[in-house]
Amino acid sequence: MRMTSNTLSVFAGLMLMSLSAQATEFTTLDAGQSSIGFAFKQMNVPAEGKFKQLTGSIDFDPDKPAQAKAEINIALASVDAGSDEANGALADTLWFDTKTYPTARFVTTSLAPVGNHQFNVTGAMTIKGQTHRIESIATFHQEDRIGVLEGKFTLQRADFAIGTGMWADFGTVANEVQIKFRLVVHAATRQK
Amino acid sequence: MNIDMYSAPIAPHYLEWCSPMRQQPTSYTRTAISLHWLIAVALWATFSLGLYMHDLPLSPEKLKLYSWHKWVGVTIFLWVVFRLIWRLTHHPPELPITMAPWARKAANLVHGTLYFLMVAIPISGWLMSSADGFQVVYFGVLPLPDLLSKNKEWGDALTTLHKGLNLTLAILVLGHVAAALKHYFVDRDDILSRMLPLVRKP
Repeated sequence: MRMTSNTLSVFAGLMLMSLSAQATEFTTLDAGQSSIGFAFKQMNVPAEGKFKQLTGSIDFDPDKPAQAKAEINIALASVDAGSDEANGALADTLWFDTKTYPTARFVTTSLAPVGNHQFNVTGAMTIKGQTHRIESIATFHQEDRIGVLEGKFTLQRADFAIGTGMWADFGTVANEVQIKFRLVVHAATRQK
Repeated sequence: MNIDMYSAPIAPHYLEWCSPMRQQPTSYTRTAISLHWLIAVALWATFSLGLYMHDLPLSPEKLKLYSWHKWVGVTIFLWVVFRLIWRLTHHPPELPITMAPWARKAANLVHGTLYFLMVAIPISGWLMSSADGFQVVYFGVLPLPDLLSKNKEWGDALTTLHKGLNLTLAILVLGHVAAALKHYFVDRDDILSRMLPLVRKP
């Protein structure tokens, strides 16, 4: 079989595309498509919730993870824990105290590839003025100019004084809270 | 007609019923009496708890009370299933011949409805928990499957149903108690005493 110039140009195009894909740098966080959810247990009953508003900045090149940076800000008042009653209680001083601390912030400190599209992400999580180190394995998938970084980690609510006073006892609401994140990122406009 | 159908195994009380030599029981079995009072006390307790807890402000106590309410509800449901099996395999004593036909009909209707409610109320509570997104975990150990996925409209509708069924139960129980007392004090028959524990049976 003889290669036509047509097939050759398709080949060349594909090679260029794959090259450009490898060099893609993701610089925009799509807050509308991204989501932060959480899961916990109360009286051993599994419960779930999510935060409806987040903002942030990201600078992530899958080929240069050491230089990656991300900052995510979560509007704590946008919590949806499944009922108006729970949402009202969570805004209260015993829980998030959203009047004094409206935002939870996560800032990456390092991102290291562990193979198979996975990265070991470490960062500093600040809630209610308390900062703790967080570590998570996140998976990154890319489709053309859109990337999705998703993963989960567990934090202890008591570390951040979330649920104090009558709620401090872990017998009713467990200390462990699992956070699930799905960050949708867009590639930077290519500069030539 | 095949004569063999008469020797087919059927419920013992039915055989008893058909036999001209039958001995009609004059009182309930000890098991039936125990189940009646056990369930009566548990229903009263969990009904009161339900009334008390539902408008409490959110607190760890409220979450605990809700869990206990559900656990007791599941337990009552299991007792009721056993009680129904017992009831279907043990013929209850006959109503006194002095009772008017309308009163017999009313008694049977109320008893049937009470059984229906004792089954329907726990199931409505379970469905309501599922629709509200709070799974029932029996004694914090055994998770019951969610029968519905989370849905606010369904949750609200099932809450209304759960309340309505309970209100119906409360009204019927009041009627049931009033009738039992009327039988005891006015008619002076054995309707009440045959269901009482520790009363010497003839």
